[in-house]
Amino acid sequence: MLRYTLGRLLGAIPTVLLVIVLAFALVRSAPGGPFDAERVVPPATEAQLRAYYNLDAPLPEQFFDYLAGLLRGDFGPSFRYTDQTVSELIASSFPISMLLGSLALLLALLVGVPAGILAALRPNTLTDRLVMALAMSGISIPVFVFAPILVLVFAVHLNWFPAGWSSSGGISRMVLPVVALALPQIAYVARLSRASLIDVLNSDFIRTARAQGLSEASIIRYHALKPAMLPVVSYLGPAVAIVLTGSVIVEEVFGVPGIGQYFVRGALNRDYTLVLGIVIFYAVLIIVANLIVDLVYSWLDPRIRNG
Amino acid sequence: MLIPGLPEHRVVRFSLGLLLVIAVAAVVGPWMSPHDYTAVNFDALKRPPSAEHWFGTDDLGRDLFVRTMMGIRVTLIVAVVASLVSLVIGILYGAIAGLIGGRVDAVMMRLVDALFALPFVFFVILLVVVFDNNFYLVFLAIGVVNWLDMARIVRGQTLSLREREFVDAARLAGVGTPGLIVRHIAPNLIGVVIVYLTLSVPQVILMESFLSFLGLGVQEPQTSLGGLVDIGVSQLETASWILLIPAAALAVILMCFNFLGDGLRDALDARSRAS
Amino acid sequence: MSLLEVDGLSVVYGEKAVVDNLSFQLDRGESLGLVGESGAGKTQAALALMGLAHPAADVRGDIRFDGQTLTGLSERELNRVRATRIAMVFQDPLQALNPYVRVGDQLARILIEHRLADGRVARDRVIAMLERVGLAHPERQFSAFPHELSGGMRQRAMIAAALVTEPDVLIADEPTTALDVTVQAQILELLEALRDDTALLLITHDLGVVSGHCERTLVMSGGQKVEEGNTRSLFLSPSHPHTQAMVDAAPRLGAVPSPPRPRTEPVLRTSELDVDYGEHRAVQSAELTLLKGETLAIVGESGSGKSSLVRAVLGLLPASAGEVVFLGRRLGESVAERRGMTLVFQDPIASLNPQMRVRDSVAEPLRARGEADVKQRVIDMLQRVGLDERFLERYPHQLSGGQAQRVAIARAVITSPDVLVCDEAVAALDGRVRRQILELLSSLQAETGLSIVFISHDLATVEGFSHRVMVMHEGRVVEVADAAELFARPVHAQTRALLAAVPSPDPAA
Repeated sequence: MLRYTLGRLLGAIPTVLLVIVLAFALVRSAPGGPFDAERVVPPATEAQLRAYYNLDAPLPEQFFDYLAGLLRGDFGPSFRYTDQTVSELIASSFPISMLLGSLALLLALLVGVPAGILAALRPNTLTDRLVMALAMSGISIPVFVFAPILVLVFAVHLNWFPAGWSSSGGISRMVLPVVALALPQIAYVARLSRASLIDVLNSDFIRTARAQGLSEASIIRYHALKPAMLPVVSYLGPAVAIVLTGSVIVEEVFGVPGIGQYFVRGALNRDYTLVLGIVIFYAVLIIVANLIVDLVYSWLDPRIRNG
Repeated sequence: MLIPGLPEHRVVRFSLGLLLVIAVAAVVGPWMSPHDYTAVNFDALKRPPSAEHWFGTDDLGRDLFVRTMMGIRVTLIVAVVASLVSLVIGILYGAIAGLIGGRVDAVMMRLVDALFALPFVFFVILLVVVFDNNFYLVFLAIGVVNWLDMARIVRGQTLSLREREFVDAARLAGVGTPGLIVRHIAPNLIGVVIVYLTLSVPQVILMESFLSFLGLGVQEPQTSLGGLVDIGVSQLETASWILLIPAAALAVILMCFNFLGDGLRDALDARSRAS
Repeated sequence: MSLLEVDGLSVVYGEKAVVDNLSFQLDRGESLGLVGESGAGKTQAALALMGLAHPAADVRGDIRFDGQTLTGLSERELNRVRATRIAMVFQDPLQALNPYVRVGDQLARILIEHRLADGRVARDRVIAMLERVGLAHPERQFSAFPHELSGGMRQRAMIAAALVTEPDVLIADEPTTALDVTVQAQILELLEALRDDTALLLITHDLGVVSGHCERTLVMSGGQKVEEGNTRSLFLSPSHPHTQAMVDAAPRLGAVPSPPRPRTEPVLRTSELDVDYGEHRAVQSAELTLLKGETLAIVGESGSGKSSLVRAVLGLLPASAGEVVFLGRRLGESVAERRGMTLVFQDPIASLNPQMRVRDSVAEPLRARGEADVKQRVIDMLQRVGLDERFLERYPHQLSGGQAQRVAIARAVITSPDVLVCDEAVAALDGRVRRQILELLSSLQAETGLSIVFISHDLATVEGFSHRVMVMHEGRVVEVADAAELFARPVHAQTRALLAAVPSPDPAA
């Protein structure tokens, strides 16, 4: 187990490096310089700017400077937010995104898993069909459609929750963004839980447990639940990536001052350093999430744990 | 089709039929309407659906029916082209890894594992930011990042087919590598490839509409369903049909592909279990 | 009144009755063998007894246990009978035990669920039971996961799970089929020794298993009972032709004398052949000589290296060291040099491409040699193996196991090879079909002078069929001798163990 953990940790390093190289190379391969598209800048100013953003050094040197900065937690200056560094922007905006994302994932598990189990225990009944129809809608209606509709219904018409993100809103301002973010995940988790539990319930060892006179509740609890939840655990890695993507939309729609909004602004404003920084930050986050999920999975599955 | 009598069978046929109807409507629809999808009309802003404008008009007075049909066209074209790009890359990569096996396979799959951990959506955005909003780039970018699943599945299938006894039997019968691939491996891969192609199409559609929604995908006056939804959101409180109609079209298309993929997968699973 | 009375039991899927009007009784402490070929409905009947028939199945008839009618009981009421009164052991212990739960916890759960014991007491009872089924270090095995045990140990744990509640009836469904012969004998003895006055319903396709362990036997075919009676008299003088055919076809030692070895030159020879799987050495310096026109049997338990050896000879696996000489030529690694050697596999359906028609599968070796106009040869070949033109257009899933194996043999011999390797080629087939396939192979050999390498785990199957026998154990060849000599005077301990473990279908004198 220790060896496995160490192996996975070491294995993540090349992936992180690959991300940085790819992202850096992409930004630097932009046709023309970063200022070309904008209004004409006096040559002296441009030279100053080029020096400030370290664009004059040879490309490999620029890369290693950038890498060294990353190791210190320094993502360099922003192109557009002149008074803030990328690191400061990330540090100020990430906590709220993290909070919303974690709550959404938690909600997805709390609703999705029981819904999926309920459907799996009564396959092809009305309950099952209803849960699965809702889940199918959940995966087929994109977040950017759901989020505005939630606003229309619960903020504009019913006026239960605020439509936007007021700085004094407290918990109520978080409800709609979290729900919007969680809905597709609830649907995925429910589908996955159902399929996986049905699969497990059809396995030979469940037949053995039935032959042993165990009640349905005991069979689920002691024999079926753990193997059935393994696919859900491994889905949590990709789920982090999907929730991050969704948060870009949700923050845009609800006006949440999170990292996703900076990302979209950065993309639309061609703020190269900001977009580069956030992509790398996201990538590391996703790699770490996948790593944790892998380790949890291997700890849960005895065949990997001591294999 | 694959297995008669399955309940999924009905859903599969219904989804397929509905998708065909939608696709035909998207091709024929704009010709049947007198309106042009780019024509701005300040005398008919935000008109609700009527005999003149079947789906109403948007905030610039453009006919929403024609625009929705054009949006479906773009969305479906992006979906099909990008899926084919990922299909070709995925099959080639997966089949090569699976057929050669051994160390080559290990290295190729390590790379896929590493790429899997990348936040692809963000890379596509980075790509779009760097290379400007290029319509063709969106196809390519989505296709290029979507091949990983296909590669993994094809590789896994190829590897397990290679171990199957009938492949050994063919090798011993003197069949060479090209014959093995053409007659023994490929025919047994087709089912899985079709299923996963169907399942990957909705992902591609989601990614394209996500980019267009953010203003990073298809650019005006061209439009896609994501772009239409983006406009609709801004008019939500005064003219909800501008959002709801393209949103419904998008959801129905996604749902059809999802049902289709689910049904085909169930049928394939049942067949592999039966044999 | 008997302990268990089954009256007119039918299990029906749609129109098809997989169990058709089955009636029998089982008394306290008695042992009844339920035998039949695959698809006879034995397992379906057993599952119906436990109330575990597939939800889609319609179960009719009457099952009375200890005065109580089981048919129509709710799950809850059935759960009071299951395990505590009627327990069941399944065929494949790897599948039948939960891989995610420690073995001891799975057993203790049964006691807790039925309120027979709790906590420490349950644990102690389980450990005592694990010890009784012969697991060394029972405390350690209590905390083991199923994948950490060997196949035989897993089946012992499975038996412990069934007997820990001291049930009145034990249903054992092919409890030894997934195990090696020597382990099989141990497990059967264990069942016998432990069951005390627990009645046993032993389900098997193997007459040898029933004959040594059951007082009475019930023969099933096509879902129906064809014959029932005292095991000894039933086997000595079967009244139904189906039973007669099964008894005749059952492999038994000493029934048919082995043919003498032909006085011919070797066609195939290996020397000092090693085969490795990573770190594991599967075959260690194997020496093999195959004479022209002879059948050489390679016998051993699973993992003894017999399949690895022939796969290396055929070029399907790389050999780590040693050489293979075929028709006087030293072979490299490529399959292409092996023209003249062909293979027939254990699972005939899996060895045929599911997407190819019989016609194309059989013609493939000819086409690979660039021969055109093969249709008539394919038809002739199919007729030679006992099939006909009607099979040309069929796909593998439209064939029975025996038919598929005939197709596989047709494909293997259509190019008139010098050497035919059969890897457990009859192990998956029922007794009568097995006999027919062996006869087919013998007659092909007599006509063409074909040399056959015949891999089997079962000595009884190869006795009347092979000229020489080679015994493998843990990757090494431990004994090679003319078949008649080996069966009369086995030298190596492993050979003797394999011989002793063969269950005899003939009732003990």
